[in-house]
Amino acid sequence: MGQKVLLSSKEINIILHRLACQLLENHQDFKNTVLIGLQPRGIFVAQRLYKILQEEYGVKHIDVGVLDITFYRDDFRRGDKPLEATKTKIDFLIEDKNVVLIDDVLYTGRSINAALTALQSFGRPSEVELLALIDRRFSRHLPIQPNYRGRQVDAIDGEKVKVMWKENEGEDVIYLINR
Amino acid sequence: MSELSVHHLLGIKYLKESDIQLIFETADHFKEVINRSIKKVPSLRDITIANVFFENSTRTRLSFELAEKRLSADVINFSASQSSVKKGETLIDTVNNILSMKVDMVVMRHPNPGAGIFLSKHVKASIINAGDGAHEHPTQALLDSYSIRERLGDVAGKNIVIVGDILHSRVALSNIFALKLQGAHVKVCGPKTLLPKHIESLGVGVETNLRKALEWCDVANMLRIQNERLDISYFPTTREYTQQFGVNKKLLDSLDKEIVIMHPGPINRGVEITSDVADSKQSIILNQVENGVAIRMAVIYLLASKIKQ
Repeated sequence: MGQKVLLSSKEINIILHRLACQLLENHQDFKNTVLIGLQPRGIFVAQRLYKILQEEYGVKHIDVGVLDITFYRDDFRRGDKPLEATKTKIDFLIEDKNVVLIDDVLYTGRSINAALTALQSFGRPSEVELLALIDRRFSRHLPIQPNYRGRQVDAIDGEKVKVMWKENEGEDVIYLINR
Repeated sequence: MSELSVHHLLGIKYLKESDIQLIFETADHFKEVINRSIKKVPSLRDITIANVFFENSTRTRLSFELAEKRLSADVINFSASQSSVKKGETLIDTVNNILSMKVDMVVMRHPNPGAGIFLSKHVKASIINAGDGAHEHPTQALLDSYSIRERLGDVAGKNIVIVGDILHSRVALSNIFALKLQGAHVKVCGPKTLLPKHIESLGVGVETNLRKALEWCDVANMLRIQNERLDISYFPTTREYTQQFGVNKKLLDSLDKEIVIMHPGPINRGVEITSDVADSKQSIILNQVENGVAIRMAVIYLLASKIKQ
């Protein structure tokens, strides 16, 4: 099993800043926009973007939620491993809001499909956008594309993209792993 | 751990402590779900569940049905009073007939202890025991412990007294198993005639003085006097029972600490507890009902995840 560094800490930082600027360009003061990180790994991206937007670009208030999609997944009882739920915390209304769904890796699109279904339980947003730090193109099972992408990667099915975060794994780095 | 160690929920006796914790953690997520504006998830859209009730039930049955519907399962209801059981059909035949309609899971209440265990050995479906005679009522015990955990933070190390008709109570037995498994200290309290012989062998204390029991405990679970099961006279009159084992506000206020009051329902107001106790802020009776749906969703979800396609 070999692995190579796809993005270093410095590159991740530059990309996050670019994504923050793109969000800022489209959503200005975030009065009508909420960020929702997908459990379990999208929440780190959401938190980083939130921090950059607040601390470096002076956005005063942004609603940030975390969404768990376990109960909405389409592979319940289909895999060897049981699905393990995690916490959902969306303590604001998304009715008529612009929602930016945030995940670390966009692969088959099935998680996003489940997330779109899950979102309906919290109201009817006026618009939903998707931000993915890594977009594995050519791997999609569903017609889902990101509005904001950090880096596009051509990875084959046997490969895995692993995103690691300082707060969780000790360093910011993204690996492409050959399984 | 993310998987139950069992394929059926027949009784707390067959669970491990880690199973209970997994059910509680899953119930936490479902509790958040049932407080959303849309209280439904699509997880079990390809699962069919039969609620088979050979004994009357209102809240347990409603709670199970709601839990199943919140998980998007297809639900069929069957009650013995309107069925071929009256015409002499056996339990296995009845259930196999239901299963031939492609049912994946059976929630069963039955007057005979062990009915669920018997069924699990003879039919191909996941069985949930919703009460079998005076044996077990596992989901009630789980929701009771979950409600204690919610109010007091933890069950381990807490003093819990179960008051009333222990002899005929499946709620008491399942609660004893569940509480002991989680490391709580348990006492039972009631008239001697309603306390089973050798109950101490389950590791519980026995107290026949209600005041002493309440002074000792953090939580009092007040059981209903099950008039329908009292085949002989176990105490002289209901009035005398209430005088000795009923909890009223005056008694609660005279204790030097604030204890939590629970009741599995339905309440005989003025018998086990008075109305002002049932409706006081010390009572978590309605929380128990709300938690019942979340716990049953968790149990059904976790068992369904073990049914392979």
